[in-house]
Amino acid sequence: MARRVVVDTGPLARVEGEGSLTIETRGAEAPDVKLNIFEPPRFFEGLLRGRRAEEVPDMVSRICGICPVAYQVSSLNALEGLFGVEVDEQVKRLRRILYYGEWIESHALHVYMLAAPDFLRVADVLAVAEKHPKMVREVLALKRLGNDLMSTIGGREIHPVSLKIGGIYKAPPKHTLSALVPELARLRGSVEKMVRFVSSLDKPTLERESTMVSLHHPDRYAIDCGEIISNRGLRIQPSAYEENFEEHQVEYSNALHSRTKDGGSYMVGPLARYNLNFDQLNPVAKELAKDLGVTPPLTDPFQSIVVRTLEVVHSLEETAAEIEEYSEPRRCSAAYKVKPGVCFGVSEAPRGILYHSYVVNGRGQVERAKIVPPTSQNQARMEDDVRLLVPTIVKAESNEARRLSEMAVRNYDPCISCATHFLRLDIRNLSPGSPRN
Amino acid sequence: MPKPRLGVFKFSSCDGCQLSILDAEEELLSLLDKVDLGDFLEASSASSGAPYDLALVEGSVSTQEEVDRIVKIRKDSKMLVALGACATAGGLQALRNWSKLDLFESAVYPEPKVARGLEKALPLTDFVAVDFELRGCPVSKAQLLQFFATVLRGTKPRFPTSAVCFECKRGGTACLVVADGTPCLGPVTASGCGAICPSHGRGCYGCFGPSDDVNLDSLASWLEAHSVDRSTVTLLLKGANSRSTEYRGWLENNG
Repeated sequence: MARRVVVDTGPLARVEGEGSLTIETRGAEAPDVKLNIFEPPRFFEGLLRGRRAEEVPDMVSRICGICPVAYQVSSLNALEGLFGVEVDEQVKRLRRILYYGEWIESHALHVYMLAAPDFLRVADVLAVAEKHPKMVREVLALKRLGNDLMSTIGGREIHPVSLKIGGIYKAPPKHTLSALVPELARLRGSVEKMVRFVSSLDKPTLERESTMVSLHHPDRYAIDCGEIISNRGLRIQPSAYEENFEEHQVEYSNALHSRTKDGGSYMVGPLARYNLNFDQLNPVAKELAKDLGVTPPLTDPFQSIVVRTLEVVHSLEETAAEIEEYSEPRRCSAAYKVKPGVCFGVSEAPRGILYHSYVVNGRGQVERAKIVPPTSQNQARMEDDVRLLVPTIVKAESNEARRLSEMAVRNYDPCISCATHFLRLDIRNLSPGSPRN
Repeated sequence: MPKPRLGVFKFSSCDGCQLSILDAEEELLSLLDKVDLGDFLEASSASSGAPYDLALVEGSVSTQEEVDRIVKIRKDSKMLVALGACATAGGLQALRNWSKLDLFESAVYPEPKVARGLEKALPLTDFVAVDFELRGCPVSKAQLLQFFATVLRGTKPRFPTSAVCFECKRGGTACLVVADGTPCLGPVTASGCGAICPSHGRGCYGCFGPSDDVNLDSLASWLEAHSVDRSTVTLLLKGANSRSTEYRGWLENNG
């Protein structure tokens, strides 16, 4: 039977970076689903070789303009662990507020500007603004607040400059953070409307069994650090990551696919965090979740968009509490001595676990770097989801087939810039003449 | 008068510079209202395509496909703007230009295969004429908005290319080199960021690339006089703007 190309998206819009999706069917055979990533690799792991450990946080942040804090924090967790640095508790608090700012900004961007247009069947946020002007203004204010938190602590929102091994270059005076509290309070009041809006959107469904992996921290809904857990009973330290997960190349993509050691795909990100750490979600977000009827177990990836908004509620509440508790650290930065060795660091980027490992030599230079971003962990999962939707997709007319399959990919908020900082230069399927949606 | 048609394109990069457009929260809706969105893949699935009155390009050129694409975008555009350090000076990925590509491949591939990329990651000007450059890693949002404000009125903006030192002086930030010998690229880096790093108590690491009249030999000896060795200066210059003419020239002779 002839192969039939059911969907070929061409370059995907409203994702970070360059990729496309193709679905081919052949009779009763399993459909062929490929997320083609043609974003050129930038070889960051290679570039880091020979660089000094203290340069690493600023360099790795350039892997991704959407989640630079995640890159900085994962690398700091690794290197500070190796050098045995004890970071001041108030500095840790600042790093968390910075990270909450990134979650708020990134989630607001994804939910309302990249994903919501799908649900409303329009092209972009401008069109959403025509229908819902007040809400879009409120979303932009939310995004602004996330950015303001980042620039107050980090100097700027994209590639912040303040974090360093041992602490922070300069701690903001309390009043600069307090200045953000009125707007924070206003948004804590108005965010529920935005959550309800997203919750009320008409969504496809995809009920499925999933291996979900996230960090877990004893004291809080994990964000800046923790051990790695799964809904299959996994509980490991970051140092055991590579014993439990492995990456492999696929011919059609410039990004590696991660799988569990037994070969299964797995999911990281908001839905995984939510299912595994729901008890630790801020009570305000938890109550709202109960009211909306979206409590765990929540396995449908199309619910990810709702979970992201609940994580925004959580982040706003936690940020308010952290600012309240903040006082200027007595010591911005701890002295440390460079030590050789291998180290591991993880944190919860907006899109899921971001794993870093470095080998540092006696002169304090990086000899080997390995970075596994959330999007490469989710890639196999995205293809699996689309595969499960194929029976619906083949019955739909072509625009709807395309919309549905793109949504299944956008559920994971793929960050292709992140996922292709490493791999080989096999550039496929970049047809400049192909229609751009 | 019809609205000018805008195209925003991504090459090899981190997405941060085009995110700066979406980060202009207060101005975004009125900005997008003043243009016809021809192509902005990250923000919209609608596309009216070429030709463009104004094309903003983020990222460096690092594959043959990207060479073909930038040549086509140039042909299709009245005004082509390089957006950020990757587009103006290669970005961090241009550091591979100092090594053999296959070294990187063997460093990061499970199964190295034949590379189809270019040996180097290069700025746009290596392939096409560029009408305007917005510097920075990332670009400054203030400069970006000023750029739109002037260009949409039919003129070109002018941004200072004097050194970051001037921003420190204007902002009342004490010189870190003089005070405690902190390595700093401020004297050879264009202003535009607002001297964020020195104001946070750390040396400038050159996000905005070379300033006017850079004298890197002088900087290196001055830093040496403050106990900063040359290898530190070399590493600092091997950042996001290593492929700029000025930094590169010095690195080739001294790096």
